[in-house]
Amino acid sequence: MKQLTVISGKGGTGKTTLTAAFASLANNAVFADCDVDAADMHLILKPEVLETEDFCGLEGAVIDKDLCVECGKCREHCRYGAITEGAGTFKIDPLSCEGCAVCTLVCPEGAVSMQTRVSGQAFISRTRFGPMAHARLGIGEEASGKLVSEVRENAKKLAEKSGRELIIIDGPPGTGCPVIAAITGTDLILVVSEPTLSGLHDLKRVIELAKHFRIPAAVCINKYDINEENTRLIEDFCEGADIPVLGRLPYDDVATLAMLREESVIEYAEDNVLAGKLRLVWETLVTSFAGARP
Amino acid sequence: MKIAIASGKGGTGKTTLSVNLALALSDAQLFDCDVEEPNCSLFLDCEPKLLEDVNCLVPIIDSEKCSLCGQCSEFCRYNALAALPSKVMVFPSLCHGCGGCTLICPEGAVREEPRRIGIIEKAVVSELEFYRGLLDIGEVMAPSIIKALQAHIEEGKTAIIDSPPGTACPVIATVENMDYCILVTESTPFGFHDLKLAIDVVRQMKIPFGVVINRHGLGDARVEKYCLAEGIPLLLMIPNDRRIAKLYSEGIPFVKEMPEWKERFREMFETIKNQVDQGGSA
Repeated sequence: MKQLTVISGKGGTGKTTLTAAFASLANNAVFADCDVDAADMHLILKPEVLETEDFCGLEGAVIDKDLCVECGKCREHCRYGAITEGAGTFKIDPLSCEGCAVCTLVCPEGAVSMQTRVSGQAFISRTRFGPMAHARLGIGEEASGKLVSEVRENAKKLAEKSGRELIIIDGPPGTGCPVIAAITGTDLILVVSEPTLSGLHDLKRVIELAKHFRIPAAVCINKYDINEENTRLIEDFCEGADIPVLGRLPYDDVATLAMLREESVIEYAEDNVLAGKLRLVWETLVTSFAGARP
Repeated sequence: MKIAIASGKGGTGKTTLSVNLALALSDAQLFDCDVEEPNCSLFLDCEPKLLEDVNCLVPIIDSEKCSLCGQCSEFCRYNALAALPSKVMVFPSLCHGCGGCTLICPEGAVREEPRRIGIIEKAVVSELEFYRGLLDIGEVMAPSIIKALQAHIEEGKTAIIDSPPGTACPVIATVENMDYCILVTESTPFGFHDLKLAIDVVRQMKIPFGVVINRHGLGDARVEKYCLAEGIPLLLMIPNDRRIAKLYSEGIPFVKEMPEWKERFREMFETIKNQVDQGGSA
């Protein structure tokens, strides 16, 4: 089983548009939306949810008012500023609490306990292109990385059960905890870049991330014709970093029009230029998974 | 006044709005809190200088004193310690720096040492004071960098804060002490879906907010209709203009080339001030 993760560093470069197009071209894949705090792939893939499971991230601290003697030890030791004092009571701010449990350790009255909380849901679904694993993280919750790992675990099980050979993962933006969880142990990272100074800057950081974790990466330049000079800068950078560029995709309104119709670009405009280019990128990816380096 | 620019979805124009708004105002501070992928400096034509390191306190085990009791690894919720038969291993990159291991060790064998997870940088561009945070590659504790960055907000000044995308902990760390939140989106199914998530965040945190539609003309009218129905102030529409997109790609803030926009940003700022003064949340 092979795993492909699509990331970008910068948001809004077209990760989900590309992933949805690949989904409609793949005939033996499972899909995983690992952008768990702002997931969008379901808007195109329109999954029929078969199983929903509550996700418990880190436990959170809770103070028992009846036992608390307001000594302030918990607040003194909390390094996240999560304990607030007001009107003679100590309270835990769940948005700041990192679930470390130090407060339970220092409370002389045993007034603080750790409690599990539901911080999201994981879904197993069926789509018109194949099985899909996805999730929804509660607002402001920690442990997005843990939920990403859960989604990937679900995707693996789906692949094993259905005998599918490829998992296509739509990753989150950035370089932090959920991104690291989305790329660890994958076979290839596809970075969707765009020819803007921000796009290039963010591309450099995710390539550094890929190298840090020793995962092979390839790049696809989206909306390359918005600024062809910057497109060349991206290509020069990739050449210098020994990263293959799998394709240049033109800016095309069909990307938005397809999204409005809740279809992939391939479904919406099969004969369109962008659709044709996407197909070429997909074929290159398939070849690379067949053994050859992309 | 502290104003954050957030969005839910990435790539909707947070940085564009932050930089142009900050440049349109005089005497503002600009903070780039997208510490995983900060881009504001690309538009400011400046080389930010290192101001400070941001550290996380990680444990060092004194093997002479350690009795291998394993209480530290048992206590650690982040799997940053592993008690093996012959020694305790530390995985610094998993450590959240809570200090629990030093407290629980019965032998006093754990001490803490700062370990760099990122940096804060600063630049002054004519009237604008600019700060940014940068999370080191491979690190996960973005909220710590954001908190260290926001410690430089000066009371009494206008602070414009560029937020990371999403709705998870880095966003909460960014917006939690704000007086106002501008949510910028585009009127597409993805933009609208993620805007609603961002609205959930600011409503839950009771932060007054308004919406800016970027690339107006792209997609359909769903965001305008929704804001109208929900009574959410629509602060500004930035058109889907190829010229603006080109300037963005080159790293040029469009208020510089299209000065008529300076006035629009100032008007928007006045609208926001009024909304905050009236204690108006949407």
